[in-house]
Amino acid sequence: MTNQNTISRESDLSGGEYKWGFVTDVETDLAPKGLSEDIVRLISAKKEEPGWLLEWRLRAYRHWVKLNESEGEPDWAMIDYPGIDYQDIYYYAAPKGTNEAPKSLDDVDPEMLATFEKLGIPLQERAALAGVAVDAVFDSVSVATTMEKQLGELGIIFCSFGNAVKNHPELVKKYLGSVVPYTDNFFATLNAAVFTDGSFVYIPPGVKCPIELMTYFRINTEGSGQFERTLIIADEGAYVSYLEGCTAPFRKTSQLHAATVELVALDNSEIKYSTIQNWFPGTPDGEGGVYNFVTKRGRADTDAKISWTQVETGSAITWKYPSVILKGDNSVGEFFSVALANNHQQADTGTKMIHIGKNTKSTIVSKGISAGKGNNTYRGQVQIMPGAENAVNHTQCDSLLVGDECGAHTVPYIEVRNPTARLEHEASTSKVSDDQLFYLMARGLSEEEAHHMIITGWSREVFKELPFEFALEAAQLLKVSLEGAVG
Amino acid sequence: MTLGTSPTAVEKYSAAFIQHSAQSVDSPVWLDTLRKRAWSTFSEFGIPVKRRGNELWKYTNLRPLSDKDFEHGVTGSVTHNQIKALGPWDDTWDTVVVVDGIFSADLSNLHGITGLNAGSLGEAITSGSVNVEQQLASLAGREDYTFTALNTAFLDDGAYVAIAANTELAAPVHVVFVTSDSSTSKAIYPRLLVDAGANTSSVIIETHLNLADSSQLSVPVVEVFAADGSTVQHYRIQMENERSFHLGTTRVNQFADATFTSTSFAVGAQIARNDIHTLLDAPGANCTLRGLYMTNGQQQQDQEISTTHAKPHCTSDQFYKGILSGKSHAVFSGKVVVERDAQKSAATQKDLNLLLSRGAEINAKPSLEIYADDVTAAHGATAGHVDRDTLFYLQSRGVDEEAAKAILIRGFAEEILNDFKPAALYEFVERVTDERIPVLLAESDSLGTA
Repeated sequence: MTNQNTISRESDLSGGEYKWGFVTDVETDLAPKGLSEDIVRLISAKKEEPGWLLEWRLRAYRHWVKLNESEGEPDWAMIDYPGIDYQDIYYYAAPKGTNEAPKSLDDVDPEMLATFEKLGIPLQERAALAGVAVDAVFDSVSVATTMEKQLGELGIIFCSFGNAVKNHPELVKKYLGSVVPYTDNFFATLNAAVFTDGSFVYIPPGVKCPIELMTYFRINTEGSGQFERTLIIADEGAYVSYLEGCTAPFRKTSQLHAATVELVALDNSEIKYSTIQNWFPGTPDGEGGVYNFVTKRGRADTDAKISWTQVETGSAITWKYPSVILKGDNSVGEFFSVALANNHQQADTGTKMIHIGKNTKSTIVSKGISAGKGNNTYRGQVQIMPGAENAVNHTQCDSLLVGDECGAHTVPYIEVRNPTARLEHEASTSKVSDDQLFYLMARGLSEEEAHHMIITGWSREVFKELPFEFALEAAQLLKVSLEGAVG
Repeated sequence: MTLGTSPTAVEKYSAAFIQHSAQSVDSPVWLDTLRKRAWSTFSEFGIPVKRRGNELWKYTNLRPLSDKDFEHGVTGSVTHNQIKALGPWDDTWDTVVVVDGIFSADLSNLHGITGLNAGSLGEAITSGSVNVEQQLASLAGREDYTFTALNTAFLDDGAYVAIAANTELAAPVHVVFVTSDSSTSKAIYPRLLVDAGANTSSVIIETHLNLADSSQLSVPVVEVFAADGSTVQHYRIQMENERSFHLGTTRVNQFADATFTSTSFAVGAQIARNDIHTLLDAPGANCTLRGLYMTNGQQQQDQEISTTHAKPHCTSDQFYKGILSGKSHAVFSGKVVVERDAQKSAATQKDLNLLLSRGAEINAKPSLEIYADDVTAAHGATAGHVDRDTLFYLQSRGVDEEAAKAILIRGFAEEILNDFKPAALYEFVERVTDERIPVLLAESDSLGTA
């Protein structure tokens, strides 16, 4: 397998240490700034949506207005940021000429193809060699989806959310909001009102998706928010491995990203969801960066399995708790995470495992790295409902501190309402061991190399859960993101 | 902690506060100021009933408390025998008895040991002691917390324990807070101030007993100053009746090389909270906070345990165990904060729970907040039933299921029980535990084999 989508070969891009900070010069179709019922209607109209979806969006919008007046943004996370002005955001930014979905790659703006090329995302025929199918999302819209045809032969649907609404409304209608209802939380409600595009995946019963599916998200327009929505359905006995990557240009103003991901794993199916989150983290002085407020949740039916793996190196603020509702008996939930907060980054991330079915099992492995002035919080909830007979959870969360100005926090919530359940939670916090550093440096490694080797080794438990080429990218990304934190 | 809504149940306490103020005209001005400030804090927050978005009360419903009316300023008679029958007792201990918040010289048993000043807090206040004026409510008033404020608003007596520098106490000091028997529901505000001088060594036992059958409210506040090089071994016994409310707060300041150890034994009350915070305020301080809680019926027991490492080279250890049965509910909320300057800190935190019945619920939240890098911190939490394999092992050797469970529960509790070093105290907690286990088992569920 080639390493075409590793980032290691991208070294001469502008944007200082953040190598994905360039801006693509494409003509953009922008709706006016600000949030109103009209904007919701406009987005829905632009996407030629059916009435029921517009209604759903409007219900969400009205609920959001109420939430915004009463409680406002949730304030329990250990993050600190100036308030977000929801009227100062572009809710719809689309590269011109993408109203019509491109029929083939030839219809895609060459500028954009070049952008994804530069980012190492194979949209061309090389994609076939790389063994992934890609849905590329640029600002608010999906610009290209590769290998739709080949996947279609297996009955797999992999397309932009917009296309799914047009071509498979029955599936969208059945599952949209079934795991993350529009009333779920402030940001999920906002997303439900104004989401623009995203990916849609449906794997038919008994089908094991033979290649990795990947969505690549790119924010380009200044002042725009990104609100994508992803819906993945694995029908009975199906299997899919899905990857998500993201970057944004170098901007001194902050950008809001409020996405929602819903996973539905029907009986006996398995969904493996991997994320490499590399949104622009802001300048080393803490200017700009993406505010990443994301709601991700999956529902696992009988004998189904959902596995979340995330490598979070980007964003000025990360607020993200990929969760699994273990609804069916014998269902399995997993969460593997490496989160890095360097410079002024703040990450408050973790998971929720809600055990409802009997013999349900969940595993949480979280690795938090704090460096510079970064603050990293693991926040996780394990809930055992009264009916979750013999449920098992094992949680391990470790934190590493690099430098004496950062913070590492652990806030687990353990709620047990069934005596047959077994829960174990363990956590540790420390700095990189001086002895280990000394050992490596005595063998000729520089302090930075030694740190990197130790941190990569320490994160291995999570990296090994990633598809091979993603694991390479993750390790590389960690190295780049930690630059300057040591010495 | 702004609640956004008007504070609940303040009016239930305001008449009593006005009356209490009118009766306390002889108090020193500084105390009067403290009380007024505390009242304004309490009237701002009231009884916290809002749980959503209120981290401190997320798992605890105080509606049963806020709905209830309590009388103030009433008291009943208490005898020696009643105290001895209900709580731990040893004649060699220096015992300070406080009935319904008021020091009782008759019931107390003081030996006049050199270097120990144990007795009435009210007398200590009027004595003009600079230490008392500086220390009282200075820890409890540090944060705007509604229950410490409620206690301080009614503060005029309680227990005072001062240990002169370089004194090593041979026997424990026992402070007994008794709620007298009465048919009416009363609110009482027990208060204890401990001033452990430099290089002292002491054992302080704090016992809460309730002689009434009816619903009572006790809002105790304990402040401990552990000066340089001092060692304070603190025990806390909470034996309220099952209709009562107990919202206790302990605030500790530890100076250089001071060692503070506190072990709690909490079995009583309908709703109880043991809120303890230790501030490691100088290098070399270390604290160990441990406890055992057992709940059954509809009881709720909260452990709100926190330690702040403010200075380098300090260690802390939190270790709690819970045994839950019936439809009871327990909360362990542990927190360790390591501040930026507190390099070379070591902290551990552990909460282990046995869940014996289907209706019982445990909420554990062991959290770490760390701002220094040269630190080792670890925490763990577990919840589950008695181990089935171990149970099977005992059964296969002819021990019946109930007896086998009792052995395992007792073994689980033993680790904390062993902390209670004074012989009479160990005998007491052992006896209460042994009496309690059959009650817990009676409300437990058989879970079959794995």
